[in-house]
Amino acid sequence: MSFVFWMFAVLTVAGALAAVLLKNTVHCALALTVAFAGLALLFLDLDAQFAGFAQILVYIGAVAILVVFAILLTRGSETPKDGVFSKNWFVGLVIAAGVFAVFAWAVLASVGVLPHEAATPEVSVAQIGQVLIGRYVLPLEIVALLLTAALIGAVIVAMDEKERAR
Amino acid sequence: MFALLDQIFVLLKHSLVGYFPVWMQPVVSVLISVVVIICLFPALFALTTVLERKGLARIQNRIGPNRTGPFGILQPVADGIKSLTKEDIVPSSADGAVHFLAPIVLVVAVFMGFAVLPMGRNMTLVQMDAGLLFFFAIGASTELSVFMAGWSSRNKYSLLGAMRAVAQMISYEVPLLMSSVAVVMITGSLSLGKIVEAQNHYTWGLPHWYIFTPWGLAGFVMYAIAATAETNRSPFDLPEGESELVAGYHTEYSGFKFALFFLGEYLAMFSISGLGTTLFLGGWSAPLEALNWVPSWFWFFSKLMLSICVFIWLRGTLPRLRQDQLMNFAWKFVLPYTLLILMVTALWRFLGPGWQQWVYCSAILIFAYIAMARTGLRRGHIGPRKYRYAE
Repeated sequence: MSFVFWMFAVLTVAGALAAVLLKNTVHCALALTVAFAGLALLFLDLDAQFAGFAQILVYIGAVAILVVFAILLTRGSETPKDGVFSKNWFVGLVIAAGVFAVFAWAVLASVGVLPHEAATPEVSVAQIGQVLIGRYVLPLEIVALLLTAALIGAVIVAMDEKERAR
Repeated sequence: MFALLDQIFVLLKHSLVGYFPVWMQPVVSVLISVVVIICLFPALFALTTVLERKGLARIQNRIGPNRTGPFGILQPVADGIKSLTKEDIVPSSADGAVHFLAPIVLVVAVFMGFAVLPMGRNMTLVQMDAGLLFFFAIGASTELSVFMAGWSSRNKYSLLGAMRAVAQMISYEVPLLMSSVAVVMITGSLSLGKIVEAQNHYTWGLPHWYIFTPWGLAGFVMYAIAATAETNRSPFDLPEGESELVAGYHTEYSGFKFALFFLGEYLAMFSISGLGTTLFLGGWSAPLEALNWVPSWFWFFSKLMLSICVFIWLRGTLPRLRQDQLMNFAWKFVLPYTLLILMVTALWRFLGPGWQQWVYCSAILIFAYIAMARTGLRRGHIGPRKYRYAE
């Protein structure tokens, strides 16, 4: 719980809060990018280099761009007249508090279960690669199938309708 | 004596750092390296602007700047004074904070990419095990700044230019990464220092640079194409050229902010050329074993400037690609060919040293290039666009 951790945590939470509370949708997307960057910095603080850089590459480099493209191509940047918060905000608050309680209980209960390690293990990218191809090859293949399905779906949505619109 | 010359910057830094108390030394060491990078690469940028303007001019049969100093050498000084003293116009309906942050994000992201480039023996700012991944992660952040610039200007031309630029940068990022993955596969490490070390061996006096292998040559060509597109250079400069009539995503920027965009673009060109040099051209290693006495940083920067000259040459020679031609090229030729290069690299490793790897890999690559280039890029019918879900 060092000073550096608190700095990154405050950055992440501030970014996430700004992403929800700001009025302009593109500002929200950019604040979400700051939250992603904060998460990446937290990963790097824990010496998980691959996870941190992959977070930047995937989330900031691809997901954030996707979000802003979606905002641009729809008319999302106009602020709705009724305001951005729904009328049932209390129910939402209760549900969010419930989910948070479950997560907090799971994390705190697992601290005693994990083996007590003397030092942080040095995980190199080569080891991650070995484990991905060795033990976790089935999830890897399933994720590849999912991505292929998404790609095919994108092509179908964007395809010219030459055959049917005759 | 030549070893001293080779390590002269490292020794200078060590002697400077020695003047400070021990507890401050790591910070001061990093600070000195950072200041050197921040001073050196913009100086190279200034040199490159003159080189480019003179080079392009000569290609186009004219002279280029020749008023400011002999052969126009002081032109960047004049440009710098001009951009510093110009009025900074921000449109009144522009999004103030995002408009201000866009050039800053670009320049910061690009400068961070220089931290992992090995500029000479023992001359890397930060030695990371996942250095290549860091470089690409930071490079992906530059696309966000392009979008921020285009969107915050509240200008339809800027937005259009920004969207095209981002689409182009995303499309060419995948081949860029894939061609680097081939190098990583052969070297077995993501660390740029190790990649250069792996190329620093010589057989019969000729180096083991990856460009001298069939997969390396093909990979380098694909990397160069993707790098030209990533930095929005001609012939892929539709986002900023089309709009040479209206300047694209940096239309509404004037004065120093425009200079920052310009700086960011050229520095991105430097850093991506530096990475290409490290991955394929052997980084700081000398071309012939007999030339090992020349300092390593001289070789790195010569290769870098050679790449820049090739970029300038391409700009002056090739016509601009249209947006749909650009995207077709990326997804229908460059990406499949890059995947094939990856598989051929694996085949190279699998066949082991001998004549087979050379003959088979070259044959597959050449045959595939001819097949794909002849069939895949036939001119398709371009008619009015039909939107499936919007009618």
